[in-house]
Amino acid sequence: MNEPAVLTVLIAMLGGAIRVSTPFMFVSLGECLTEKSGRVNLGLEGTLVLGAMVAYAFSYHTGSPWIGVLAAGVAGSALGAMHGSICGLPRVNDVAVGIAMMLFGVGVAFFFGKPYIQPEAPRLGSIPLGFWSDSASLKSALQVNPLFFIGIALALMIAWSLRNTRWGLVVRTVGDSAAAARAMGISVNFVRLMTTTLGGFLAGIGGAFLSLSYPGSWNQGLSSGQGLMAVALVIFARWDPLRCIAAALLFGAAGAIGPSLQSIGITQGYYFFNAAPYILTLGIMIATSSAKHSARDMPGELSIAK
Amino acid sequence: MSNAPLATGASRDMVSSVATPAAKSDFAARFRANSEYVVIPLIALLIAAALFAVFLLAIGKSPVDFVSYVWRGGFGTSFSLQNTLQRSAPLILTALAVAIPARIGLIMIGGEGALVLGGFASAVLAIPMLGRVPPMPTLILMAIFAMAVGGFWVGIAGFLRYARGVNETISSLLLTYIGIAIMNFFVEGSLRDLSDPNKPSTKPLGKEYMVGVIPGTEVHWGIVFGVLLCIGLYILMTRTTFGFAARVTGGNFRAALAQGLPVGRLIVACSAIAGACAGLAGFFEVAAIQGRANASLAAGYGFTGILVAFLARQNPLAIPPVAILFGGLVASGGLIQRRMGLPDATVLVLQGLIFVVLLTSETLYGRFSIFKPRAERDRT
Repeated sequence: MNEPAVLTVLIAMLGGAIRVSTPFMFVSLGECLTEKSGRVNLGLEGTLVLGAMVAYAFSYHTGSPWIGVLAAGVAGSALGAMHGSICGLPRVNDVAVGIAMMLFGVGVAFFFGKPYIQPEAPRLGSIPLGFWSDSASLKSALQVNPLFFIGIALALMIAWSLRNTRWGLVVRTVGDSAAAARAMGISVNFVRLMTTTLGGFLAGIGGAFLSLSYPGSWNQGLSSGQGLMAVALVIFARWDPLRCIAAALLFGAAGAIGPSLQSIGITQGYYFFNAAPYILTLGIMIATSSAKHSARDMPGELSIAK
Repeated sequence: MSNAPLATGASRDMVSSVATPAAKSDFAARFRANSEYVVIPLIALLIAAALFAVFLLAIGKSPVDFVSYVWRGGFGTSFSLQNTLQRSAPLILTALAVAIPARIGLIMIGGEGALVLGGFASAVLAIPMLGRVPPMPTLILMAIFAMAVGGFWVGIAGFLRYARGVNETISSLLLTYIGIAIMNFFVEGSLRDLSDPNKPSTKPLGKEYMVGVIPGTEVHWGIVFGVLLCIGLYILMTRTTFGFAARVTGGNFRAALAQGLPVGRLIVACSAIAGACAGLAGFFEVAAIQGRANASLAAGYGFTGILVAFLARQNPLAIPPVAILFGGLVASGGLIQRRMGLPDATVLVLQGLIFVVLLTSETLYGRFSIFKPRAERDRT
């Protein structure tokens, strides 16, 4: 090793942040869109796991990982549509349905995923952005998956259309005041069904990244709370798609601490560093919430932070 | 829209107080109204079962076989019934961990974490006492410590809810992941028993330091404590000023504040009770089943407990029968896996399906005139 250890760790964390943040990015973008319309989908953890399984299975059978990504999105939107339509019924609590959908999604994924734990499916390729560098560790850190850039592009697109299009205005109106939206003749339930379905689509793609790129295999311990942390991340990002990207990178870096320290031989406290993202999430939630007034920039109809 | 059910409820009370003169028909009206809370969950269970049967048919398996294996693996023989009762003990306790905070208006799902940490804490506490302190005081101290640790853990989520407005559903689930990580950190590190090379665990308790079984059975005492706690907590939540204050807070937070109720203390207390129940479940898993703390503590009882609590409509007295039903389902998982060639996640799919259908059925309350008093039915 001819680099100082600190540099190795930092480079590994940079690479790790890019890799680990991608699923956070997709789930939080999806949840951001759903919450903008005034509904919370806590079930995205289940969507993430199901997306990972479906992507792996389709990639294995068709030989094309991109078909896997698409299938994961479709599976995710099915779960999203289920959540959206159930919550459209009167007197149904969206947070509780989210918990149920989380258990349901994970159950279905484990059920159908059992035969795919062993076989090798084709993975998504990545773009070698470190070609200019001689450092091997920097090269491997800058093997960036195209989904990372697709996520950033999507964030820009969602941010722009929320602000500048008719559809964006409709979504924001529904999220801020359902009564006002109804007075305008907008079907509140239909808009929320659409945003939840689209949110599920994005979360499913986040799952596809988990199984087809990093960590890059399908097993039952693939996701442990990333979907949930992404939901908390949206609160931290104050319901802004662009801030979601920044927050996802921060979470990615936190998640990469453990593996990066391992790369220079520090294995002590591996489980502690594995817990770092959860502790960070909790810390951020404590710091950004307030008992006295609701969170800044929060959609008015949202039940989660009241 | 959200006012609609409230309005019908109020008018129903008014009508029934005016139009039902005799006490006999008052009982009949109450029976009629309360049977709604039994019939609708049963309908939901039936629909979920029907959907699951279609699912099994679609993948080419027989629903009849499934039912018969659940019966054989969960209830049919004396052995399987005892296995079921054994598994329903942690379900009762983790369901209480959801039902008590629900009364004060919180959706707390941190039972799994409190179970794991409580069980782990009791195993650690026992290590220096083994061989020095007699078994009985050791076990009592272990149980108290497990409840204290579990109560503290979920109490954090309650405190954060009150003091900082942090969403308790998310924070309690995050605390679960943190709790499991804490246990793994110690079990694979400084507290690992090196004499067992197979699975990282704490030092085993040994036979004489384990909780015994109910005489004449193979079932440990956990289920008895669980049922007693259900009765005790039912009395606490429905027959005491504490329970009344908690339910007022759950019903209308602002009214509770205006009345000068100590809402902060009530929220933290309910959360701590919840965590203590789950911690006790962890104690029984360690001191009656596993004999040590390791990763198998996180077996998902905390998550199944959420479903049990919702199916019992957060009523402590309804929890034991529902928990036994699901204990049987969990217990028959192995048999279903071996005999029908279905993955072990089959039970998870069924549970998820039941949960989703059950929550969907919430929309049915107040829609059937059969549950309304006769006088009101005649008018509408």
